Amino acid sequence: MTRLTLELNGRTVSDDVEDRTLLVDFLRARQGQTGTHVGCDTSQCGACVVHVDGISVKSCNMLALQCAGRKVTTVEGLAQDGALHPMQQAFHENHGLQCGFCTPGMIMSAIDMVERHGAALDEATVRHELEGNICRCTGYENIVKAILVGAKVMTA
Amino acid sequence: MNGFAYLTPGDLAEALALLRQGDEASPLAGGQTLVPTMKQGLAAPETLIDLGGLAELAGLRVTPTHVEVGAMCPHAVVAADPEVRAACPALADLAGMIGDAQVRNRGTIGGSIANNDPAADYPAACLGLNAVIRTDRRDIDADDFFLSMFDTALEPGELIVSVAFPRCREAAYLKFRNPASRFALAGVFLARHEDGVRIAVTGAGTDGVFRWSEAEAALGREFTATALAGLAVPVEDMLGDLHAAADYRAHLVKVLTARALAAISQRA
Ligand SMILES: Cc1cc2nc3c(=O)[nH]c(=O)nc-3n(C[C@H](O)[C@H](O)[C@H](O)COP(=O)(O)OP(=O)(O)OC[C@H]3O[C@@H](n4cnc5c(N)ncnc54)[C@H](O)[C@@H]3O)c2cc1C
Ligand code: FES
Repeated sequence: MTRLTLELNGRTVSDDVEDRTLLVDFLRARQGQTGTHVGCDTSQCGACVVHVDGISVKSCNMLALQCAGRKVTTVEGLAQDGALHPMQQAFHENHGLQCGFCTPGMIMSAIDMVERHGAALDEATVRHELEGNICRCTGYENIVKAILVGAKVMTA
Repeated sequence: MNGFAYLTPGDLAEALALLRQGDEASPLAGGQTLVPTMKQGLAAPETLIDLGGLAELAGLRVTPTHVEVGAMCPHAVVAADPEVRAACPALADLAGMIGDAQVRNRGTIGGSIANNDPAADYPAACLGLNAVIRTDRRDIDADDFFLSMFDTALEPGELIVSVAFPRCREAAYLKFRNPASRFALAGVFLARHEDGVRIAVTGAGTDGVFRWSEAEAALGREFTATALAGLAVPVEDMLGDLHAAADYRAHLVKVLTARALAAISQRA
């Protein structure tokens, strides 16, 4: 067991974890933050995407201890004062989901892509950047639409 | 995943000392290969030495003669760096084609070439650009580094510090990817240097990345598509699996080489 302290969604949390604990298991099982999902557990699907120091990563292939002293943001940390993040709102309004399982990862990847590309983000880039996020319901159309709308609001 | 101890050395000397302490210690870079492998039970190191805190392995620099990429530099940084793009656009393009955005945010050049997956992209850039792999103890030419699939010239406990890519006249990387795994079914790195042409092929060879010397010689004499006509890589040296048969891969190598040539000619 090793003492782990990090900032999770704006709060400082400390916990004793086994060295082999994956970030996703720390979030779900130890911190009760079950918004982050495990779809494949083989680094392929993107359902587990969270931000570490603002950069999107797959939390199923990162160790919790690799986040010591860093800022971790999950989908639970996006809404502010009860108001959805613009990207969450865009997914809601554009029906960017069916079953919703991939949605937390989609939203975390989408925000990262807007932060890197800014107002220059276009449809082709969104589709290319979504390679690591798999959805088996929607055919992606409304997801792409939602990301472009969310990006507009975020960069306005 | 089996238990292990996770250690975070603060510099290169400390990391090397920790690696010397036990055979069962493994360096951890971006974890994009090692962690999934450990989860599957295919690797079970007793100690993981995280290289993330080693300033010696971080960052990249572009000089008038080289692009030198630190072993811990993530693919996303190489892909987005404006100086790399100006000095060697093919290298930036290649980094941007690896995996997906999240894999590129974590995965590193050191981890990629130490692993030497036969379908990985960076080995093709190293071989095509005649790179030098700098380790804690020596410089290794790319031609001597990649031994066969998943095998390199690295000694136990030896760490890659950086990879120095000489700048060339022009280069292009063309990748035919397996859409499921995102790795190359075949990838061709074609580079025109002052003293000749180098063509490195990944994804296709039974021994991992290799140089297609026959085509190098032909394009060295005459840098046109006609020079490639009639050449073929030996089918018996190609991988065949459920994703692509050996003769199909041999065909892809030829088509991708021609397309890389066309990409360079269009740019010129
Ligand atoms: C979904 C997915 C898709 C991918 N697609 C591609 C692709 O299209 N093309 C491609 O090329 N790769 C692809 N990869 C692999 C990716 O590029 C990895 O990042 C890379 O192969 C390993 O780099 P790493 O930094 O993650 O290394 P790690 O996984 O941390 O380590 C890999 C190996 O290298 C050793 N090592 C690490 N650093 C050093 C060092 N400095 N010195 C000595 N040994 C070291 C480790 O001990 C380990 O044995 C993909 C991976 C995933 C999960
Ligand atoms: S659960 Fe992590 S990528 Fe699928």
